[in-house]
Amino acid sequence: MSHGLVQLAYLIATALFVFALHWMNAPATARRGVYAGVVGMTLAVVATWAQPEVVHHLWIVIAVVAGFAVGVPLSRVPLTAVPQRTALSHAFGGLAAGLVGAAKFYLWYGEGSDQLTAFRTTAIIAEVLLGFLTFTGSLMAAGKLQEVKWIPQRPVTYPGQNLTNLGLLLLAAALGVGVVLQPTAAWAPVAFAAIIALALLFGVLLIIPIGGADMPTVIAILNAYAGLAAVAMGFVLDNKLLITAGALDGSSGLILAVIMCKAMNRSFTNVLFGAFGQVQQTKAGGEERIYKAESIEGAGQVLEQANLVVIVPGYGMAVAQAQHKVRELYDQLRKRGITVKFAIHPVAGRMPGHMNVLLAEANIPYTDLVEMDEINPDMPQVDVALVVGANDVVNPAARSDKGSPIYGMPIIDADRARTVFAIKRSKNPGFAGIDNELYFSDKTWMLFGDAKGVIGELVKQMAGGSGMH
Amino acid sequence: MTPDLWSQIFVFVLATFIGLGVIRRVSRLLHTPLMSLTNAISAIAVVGAILVAGPDYPVEIRFLGAIAVFASMTNIVSGFLITERMLKMFKSEPKPGEGPRP
Repeated sequence: MSHGLVQLAYLIATALFVFALHWMNAPATARRGVYAGVVGMTLAVVATWAQPEVVHHLWIVIAVVAGFAVGVPLSRVPLTAVPQRTALSHAFGGLAAGLVGAAKFYLWYGEGSDQLTAFRTTAIIAEVLLGFLTFTGSLMAAGKLQEVKWIPQRPVTYPGQNLTNLGLLLLAAALGVGVVLQPTAAWAPVAFAAIIALALLFGVLLIIPIGGADMPTVIAILNAYAGLAAVAMGFVLDNKLLITAGALDGSSGLILAVIMCKAMNRSFTNVLFGAFGQVQQTKAGGEERIYKAESIEGAGQVLEQANLVVIVPGYGMAVAQAQHKVRELYDQLRKRGITVKFAIHPVAGRMPGHMNVLLAEANIPYTDLVEMDEINPDMPQVDVALVVGANDVVNPAARSDKGSPIYGMPIIDADRARTVFAIKRSKNPGFAGIDNELYFSDKTWMLFGDAKGVIGELVKQMAGGSGMH
Repeated sequence: MTPDLWSQIFVFVLATFIGLGVIRRVSRLLHTPLMSLTNAISAIAVVGAILVAGPDYPVEIRFLGAIAVFASMTNIVSGFLITERMLKMFKSEPKPGEGPRP
């Protein structure tokens, strides 16, 4: 295939990728985006493979077949495991970029001095640094999300941690500068290998101080790194398709990370170097505070009297596998002419947008999923707010208590509804280890028990009631 | 063959602007599928990997390339498939009853 044709194929693929992302602006057109992406990808792969310089095919065929063999099962994971899968795919993306960078460096080193220009070498070093740190960092993130036993869930911190990390990064950068200045020196390959080792180590060290609550942000940041690694690869190979696709991926990761940070009222530096969840000052307040419990029958009656019910789901709902019961409750309420909306906090779930997918799987129409900013002005008109497995995202302390670790975080104003029912398995505090003021409010009634069980009984109660006449 | 440094930087900066503009408009409902879709798209790195694995290079270089092809291909396949799988679940109308999903 001639050079011109290949470039044309790349250009069409680039346009298709931009359209693919454009069509993601609404659920109605989003699937078209996937097809555009597949067509663009196929075009680019075929055009590349058909180039005359590609003469060895066996290994590529094996790698492609193996990619299908691993990729298909990975696409069938339960939706609760999608964050891990996503982290794993960032790891693969980083690995691919790092390996191509390393291969190119050693290839050009072997070919002699004129190949390793200062620009190319700089790009290669950026590529392997980003690629390999994304690789191990994402593997750590995936391990934490999967709750692999030998990876600590709680943030691991030690004195001088940030200084150590910074030192490692500076050391890698110094070695990088050395290699750029003397790319053909006898020690350059060794220094290059040391840069790879430092990047691999840095990826691990970057993630261990980060706690579970910050994982949505971390996944988005690693997404941005993976994109930037692809951009660097594009610079190395002088390939504008790679640069464009990597830039699209990188900007997506950046935007999602900014949204996640805003939703938790935290900055990038704070997430990366702050070790959230480590600071758990137990409040010295002595007196035992009392929850008001409500029975299933009582809650069912209040729900039947309501006009507008807002359900606030949290990741606890997915852990309890209660989505499908929630959907039955939604059906029961709607049958009575009650309007039901779901209030979605941006960090509900374990990655950006996770809760929407979990609810969509339970067949809840996306038209009833409402973003936090849109639903909050309506909360005072809500008759019943039902909190299922959410905790910190409805904690009014975020608005009022300056001493609270979550102070300043935007929340869903469940406490402004006329009545609040909160389902809670036990009387322990939530993920971030913070007591929830909402549970002690005058209008809050607790429904203790497993979310699936409680909702199931509510459904039974309401179905039984309507079946009598 | 000297890579045209400036035109590459132009492409990068303009593509980033397009990316920021387009992604900002993506529905918040779809941020999880968005991430898996951009994952699949950035696995276009497979193009670079093929160009390392395929030509008449030393065996160890091609081996690194082949692993990179495998890693990218995994992302392409699982990324597109899971995006499609998730997007299929998003429906606008409440369906009466417990009908099986298509």
